[in-house]
Amino acid sequence: MTSADFNILLPEIVLAVFAMAALMFAVYTGKDRTAPAILWATAAIFLVLALFIGINGDGAQAAFGGLFVDDAFSRFAKILILVSAAAVLVMSHDYMAKRDLLRFEYPLLVALAAVGMMVMVSAGDLLVLYMGLELQSLSLYVVASLRRDSAKSTEAGLKYFVLGALSSGLLLYGASLTYGYAGTTEFAGIIGAATAEDLPLGLLFGLVFLVSGLAFKVSAVPFHMWTPDVYEGAPTPITAFFATAPKVAAMALFARLVHDAFGGITAEWGQIVAFLSVASMFLGAVAAIGQRDIKRLMAYSSINHMGFALMGLAAGTAFGVQAMLVYMAIYVTMNVGTFAFILSMSRDGRVVTDIRALNQYSKREPLKALAVLVLMFSLAGVPPLVGFFGKFYVLRAAVDADMAWLAVAGVIASVIALFYYLRIVYYMYFGEETEALDSGMAPTQWALLMVAAAVMVLGVVNLFGIEGPAAAAASALVD
Amino acid sequence: MTVADFTFYVFAVVVVAAGLFTVVSRNPVHSVLWLILAFLSSAGLFVLLGAEFVAMLLIIVYVGAVAVLFLFVVMMLDVDFAELKGEMAKYMPLALLIGVVLLMELGLVFGTWTFAENADGLRAAVTPEPAAVHNTRALGQLIYDDYIILFQLAGLILLVAMIGAIVLTLRHRTWIKRQDILAQMYRDPAKAMEVRDVKPGQGL
Amino acid sequence: MADFFSTGLGIAIIILAQCLLMAIFLLLAAYFFLYADRKVWAAVQMRRGPNVVGVFGLLQSAADMLKLVVKEVVIPAGADRTVFLIAPLVAFALPMAAWAVIPFNETWVLADINVAILYVFAISSLEVYGVIMGGWASNSKYPFLGSLRSAAQMISYEVSIGFIIIGVIISTGSLNFGEIVAAQDGSYGLFSWYWLPHLPMVFLFFVSGLAETNRPPFDLPEAESELVAGYQVEYSSTPFLLFMAGEYFAMFLICALTTLLFFGGWLSPIPGLPDGALWFIAKLSFFFLIFAMVKAITPRYRYDQLMRLGWKVFLPLSLAWVVIVSFFAHFELFGGAYARWAVGG
Repeated sequence: MTSADFNILLPEIVLAVFAMAALMFAVYTGKDRTAPAILWATAAIFLVLALFIGINGDGAQAAFGGLFVDDAFSRFAKILILVSAAAVLVMSHDYMAKRDLLRFEYPLLVALAAVGMMVMVSAGDLLVLYMGLELQSLSLYVVASLRRDSAKSTEAGLKYFVLGALSSGLLLYGASLTYGYAGTTEFAGIIGAATAEDLPLGLLFGLVFLVSGLAFKVSAVPFHMWTPDVYEGAPTPITAFFATAPKVAAMALFARLVHDAFGGITAEWGQIVAFLSVASMFLGAVAAIGQRDIKRLMAYSSINHMGFALMGLAAGTAFGVQAMLVYMAIYVTMNVGTFAFILSMSRDGRVVTDIRALNQYSKREPLKALAVLVLMFSLAGVPPLVGFFGKFYVLRAAVDADMAWLAVAGVIASVIALFYYLRIVYYMYFGEETEALDSGMAPTQWALLMVAAAVMVLGVVNLFGIEGPAAAAASALVD
Repeated sequence: MTVADFTFYVFAVVVVAAGLFTVVSRNPVHSVLWLILAFLSSAGLFVLLGAEFVAMLLIIVYVGAVAVLFLFVVMMLDVDFAELKGEMAKYMPLALLIGVVLLMELGLVFGTWTFAENADGLRAAVTPEPAAVHNTRALGQLIYDDYIILFQLAGLILLVAMIGAIVLTLRHRTWIKRQDILAQMYRDPAKAMEVRDVKPGQGL
Repeated sequence: MADFFSTGLGIAIIILAQCLLMAIFLLLAAYFFLYADRKVWAAVQMRRGPNVVGVFGLLQSAADMLKLVVKEVVIPAGADRTVFLIAPLVAFALPMAAWAVIPFNETWVLADINVAILYVFAISSLEVYGVIMGGWASNSKYPFLGSLRSAAQMISYEVSIGFIIIGVIISTGSLNFGEIVAAQDGSYGLFSWYWLPHLPMVFLFFVSGLAETNRPPFDLPEAESELVAGYQVEYSSTPFLLFMAGEYFAMFLICALTTLLFFGGWLSPIPGLPDGALWFIAKLSFFFLIFAMVKAITPRYRYDQLMRLGWKVFLPLSLAWVVIVSFFAHFELFGGAYARWAVGG
């Protein structure tokens, strides 16, 4: 334990200290009256930290004897997490304030969840992994049931909690098997024990349980059951948060675990991940067809997208990881934009989530409808939008790794998924006349929607240069 | 068999038996009491291992605090366990299937009992020689120095749990009259009371 | 003969004999302290107290004991028989077990273990079970309410007791009672003891001790004006006697802890006089006298006031004290008064 160790941890420490200080401040002063100020301050500190990490980070260094790793990969994931969390916070302000949900604990719990996520992606040890994961999950359980007077929100929180606890149990079981058979919880030690020629069976079982636990967190089939209910029940800004930063963190953690700790047995976990990927892509595509609630639809959409991201991981190569990171970045941008729009869906101030309410939306709000159209096309992966490049990347990674069948399955699934994305567009442009939605939209939501849509179009030039950092991040993980 | 061996077997048998009764007891309060017995016996096992600090913490934290709250809740809840068990019967086949699969996996794992080559060495490397350092001190070194980050993260998790409990349950009931002890103490009889001379038949 | 006592069986017999001696000491103490308690109480209220049985009523406790033992054990209908009967045993045996590690002087101690103070704390955290089990097993409303109250009360005050003990541990650098007392040995007699540097905590500890042992003004679990006699309502005869005795043992324990932690155990208050077990017993008796006085002169707290005091006053204060003591100890301020391990006090 030296000050150098703490220096490596500086962003996490700053964020945690900020959360505690703000908590004390709010409790002893205006309580919920301070909530807007704290919300903006939290978003600002997220951005500052993202900037700090982006500028300051260099090379790879380990703190506390390898418990905590700071490398290009973790920095990429952290910046993505922080920026998306800041975006979600900013666009949620209007929604929460209108519905009397803007309590000062909300931004602070998001901040603590962010600390957990940052620790997750930097984990160099199974114990740190678990601690980060629990810190993140526990904060999310609470915010899921933030609207405590609503049965649905409470149900969402409870379901999430119970299933999350189950998945943590699986993960811990896997961790203890791994520790038992490898003799250490450090990734650096496990990778020495998990070699292809002499693999203890117990270690393989540990790996399976660890992967199952993580699959819960990224909501990959068959561990996806909680996703639609939780997405539907939680207040919409919380759903937006669930769909973005925690997914990035869980996916990054997944990549770090399988490569840092089990990098020697790529073939063993590659097939498990490939199965998760195919199942998620198809279930996400097929089950969403029957959904009328846009939040449930986005839940299945996220399951589908996680399938694609896992495809990159399944390839087991540095390029696969790079593809996964690029895909996640694009996915998060699209989701931020889409949820910015969903947040504004209301009629006479009441929240509307039925997609049929969008009928003829283009007549009244041509610009916003156009932005949503771009986002939907991008989510579906229609060329030449950015979403297509994300899919193209992971498919290429799969083909490069001799998994052409996986790529073919991905193409088929994305064709199926196209249907429900296009249906939203259909309703907006050609649907029957219905009662109009409220036309107002908070400036931040409007801005984020437009920026996300613009990114989808303008990004086709060079993806805003994200490939370079993603490649650096991937090479930090897989050599 | 030495005294230590004998004590070990006594504690071990009691732990297993108490664990079993925890599960099969019909009365939930009895279950908790059996659980407490199991905790106490495992504390005994820790003492036999030479980890007396952990043993005492186990008693103080789990038996002295956690289990009391457990008991507290179980005694106050009016849970119809027969009904719950009926519900459970519906899912029994699936549960059994999963249980059997897990059991088979476990059997497989323990059947081919091979560790990675240097597992034992790695495991021993973290902890100091038991005889060399007092175990309270050794734990302190591990928790507050080597694994400080885990300790602090655990603290953050508990903080989140506390915030969560407050966010989800606390309601400020403004219409309730609260006692302000300082205000009571500093109340001055001269200001609080007023002696009025009430004339007969007139009132105030 | 000497050979025999070094064999396994011989050692076992010696240990058993020592335990028996301790038990006899405790029972005798309970006998006389019960009498003293009633006398003090009576004196404060200007009554004469027990004065009929024996000279000055000295045999009153024996008479009461005999009366209770020969009465019938009544077990209420619908009570959980096993738990109902185990509860008083727990309440009796646990405080007695805690005395295993309490030293009377450097060598007079049954078990001189490393984590003695944690052991005492662990045992005293278990004492609540006697009350809860008794209250629940009686299958009756008042006992149940009393036991719920006590569960909450004892846990609440245990927390601050724990923090206060940590302060002393930090100053000593050991969990062993012998070393804690040795650390208080200085050239200033009673001014070297921990009560001076830890002054505020002495009061907190003593008051928490009152709450922990369910003594007035914190005898809410058995508040007779509301709950008849709390968890003891349904108990009669020997089980009741066991509860009674257990309560007194727990009280001695708190007195002994106060003596050991803050008042130098067996050390002599005046430099020059010899140290010894008599000092320990004298100090213990003095604190028991205060226990009795408190019972006589204070009115009972209301339950919400009790909880407020525990969680909102004692807990923050004792927690802050731990931080302050750590600070003082780390920088060895005040001539190392808070860091006896560093200055070899």
